[in-house]
Amino acid sequence: MVILRYAIYRFITMLLTLLVVSVLVFAIINLPPGDYLSNQIAELQASGQSAGVAKAEFLRTEYALDRPLWQQYMIWMGFMPGPHGFSGIIQGNFGWSFEFDRPVSEIVGESLWLTVLVNLAAVLFVYLVALPLGVLAAARSRTWVDYSSAFVGYLGLATPNFLLALIMFYYGHKLFDLPIGGLMDPGFEGLPMSWEKAKSILIHLIVPTFVIGTSGASAMMQRLRANMLDELGKPYVETAIAKGMSPSRMLYKYPLRVAFNPFVADIGNLLPSMVSGSVLVSVVLGLQTIGPSLLTALKTQDLFLSGFILMFVALLTLVGTMISDVLLVLLDPRIRYEGRET
Amino acid sequence: MTQLPDGRYVDDAPYDPQASLQQLERRDLDAPNWVLIWRKFKTHKLGLFSGLFLLLSYLMLPFAGFIAPYTPNERNGDHLYAPPQAVHFFHEGEFKGPFIYPITAEPDLETFQWKFIPDISDPQNLRFFCKGDDYKLAGFIPADTHLFCAPEGATVFLWGSDRLGRDVFSRILYGAQLSLTVGLIGITVSFTLGILFGSIAGYFGGRTDWIINRVIEILRSLPELPLWLALSAAVPSNWSPVAVFFVISIILGILDWPGLARAVRAKFLSLREEEYVRAAEMMGAGSGRVIRKHLLPNFMSHLIASATLSIPAMILGETALSFLGLGLRAPAVSWGVMLNDAQNLASIEIYPWTAIPMLPIIVVVLAFNFLGDGLRDSLDPYQQ
Repeated sequence: MVILRYAIYRFITMLLTLLVVSVLVFAIINLPPGDYLSNQIAELQASGQSAGVAKAEFLRTEYALDRPLWQQYMIWMGFMPGPHGFSGIIQGNFGWSFEFDRPVSEIVGESLWLTVLVNLAAVLFVYLVALPLGVLAAARSRTWVDYSSAFVGYLGLATPNFLLALIMFYYGHKLFDLPIGGLMDPGFEGLPMSWEKAKSILIHLIVPTFVIGTSGASAMMQRLRANMLDELGKPYVETAIAKGMSPSRMLYKYPLRVAFNPFVADIGNLLPSMVSGSVLVSVVLGLQTIGPSLLTALKTQDLFLSGFILMFVALLTLVGTMISDVLLVLLDPRIRYEGRET
Repeated sequence: MTQLPDGRYVDDAPYDPQASLQQLERRDLDAPNWVLIWRKFKTHKLGLFSGLFLLLSYLMLPFAGFIAPYTPNERNGDHLYAPPQAVHFFHEGEFKGPFIYPITAEPDLETFQWKFIPDISDPQNLRFFCKGDDYKLAGFIPADTHLFCAPEGATVFLWGSDRLGRDVFSRILYGAQLSLTVGLIGITVSFTLGILFGSIAGYFGGRTDWIINRVIEILRSLPELPLWLALSAAVPSNWSPVAVFFVISIILGILDWPGLARAVRAKFLSLREEEYVRAAEMMGAGSGRVIRKHLLPNFMSHLIASATLSIPAMILGETALSFLGLGLRAPAVSWGVMLNDAQNLASIEIYPWTAIPMLPIIVVVLAFNFLGDGLRDSLDPYQQ
């Protein structure tokens, strides 16, 4: 029951954070001087096309872009009736993309799920790689296992994601015949989900997962190693060894459990950087996630499209962080639910 | 040594009965703090080596124009995408000093690429301290002497040339000027903001603390890159490269301070209860003075270590932004701008040397990490 109460409390704080984030996002996307429509109107007027100007002016009033900024925000979020009554993000209307001349929801559509999928795969990768390697590096500290894993980890931290993506792609294709570019075979695009399509997506996921996960995994591995080393120096470990416990059983029975908490808590810290990484890598590798659309939208000042994508990315990280917080409380009964706020 | 009449030996040195009282109990631990830190840091070989490397790299920056054989935007139309040229010392078994074999471009009619064929019968020595294109030493002293240049009529592309026939090696040296300083400016901004907000939150507590904490939490929970992208998209494209450079580094700094502020705040919370703080307050020191004179020096060294660890993130951030075309733009030269050329697989496959700028990035980021680790380990000299 206490956990449920904590989960609800955490959910409400997340919503509040999201609200602040929405203000921030709206301010940022309105920072560049001018906007898409006024640029277009100026361009059309310069070339003397009055029909286009009328359409742009129509869109301007249609999406309330002629109102003061705070009203625009309220209408965009759906807190205030716009030209068509309440229809903002909380009502499920994500706005209109001027650049593509289609509703935002249509453009992002499937790519939202693919974004979630890519990030989920990367998180799984981080756990699967960092857990055994971190424990191994701690248990065999100051041996070649430790040093070589530290070296690979440092290299993973230091290589820019997008370069790693290019290199992995090149060699993945050359040596293992992995597919290049995209998240599925072009033939499957727009088709409903099927077994074949899922398989194609899985094969295409290998390289992106690896690329996005590497730096996170190496950071996590180092932290797990440090935590484990702290635990391994404690007297209870000595006792366990003294009474003749096998090393592997001793490892996972006691120190691993204690070292595990920060491991779960860390995913909340890692998630923002991993989501950033996925945006960058998607642009380089041409994945059908929201990354490439975000870049175009930002470059062309496509207000609603970039605003929605930024909001979605923020939501993704916030939900991830919330889940990791709740999991942490489930895992470790010592953590106080009320005392967490200082 | 003197022998007394009764046959005993006595030391001539003057004897001071107080000496043993004046002697420091453990001389090695009573040295000033920085000596202790340095002593411990010296044993951290990797960190020491990285620190030296970084020091040299930063000292090199003002003289990039002197070391580089070409200027960054000097084009060589006959040598587009020329592969790296090696510097040789021995020609047909005899020592000839550093020289290169001149290369000539020939079109390959099957693949429609330029093929570069070295003329190994005609070794040409490199010229040293020669006159080349004009550049500005340290940004303001006009000069035209280069450390080494290509022989007359030949080229010296140590790391190949790019799409427009510009020397990759020279451009990496010039690119370092922007890529390496971006981190320094960014960290200055983030340091100032982090210390300011962290110390206000930690020292005053209460409502201020609550507000600053929420801001930190919100900023930390957002993915950085999309924010960087959005903010740098707001930089007008008609600004000069230098202005864009400053804005970009400030943006990187603005989004980096929450981590630092958290560390500062945590330290303040524990330190403000110490007796010496209370003593200072009782003697009538204002809060500004207590923060600056009594609290900050206590963990400045820790802050410097953590700042060293967050510079690489900024260097990588600038690279990523420029790579995507939202950071620095040509004609500015930075490592990210250079990598922009290597964006597709074709150029990695056919012209792998266009991706060489990734090497300095990796090396510098690694060096900062090692240096930061070394500093962090040695900052607490009393800890064994």
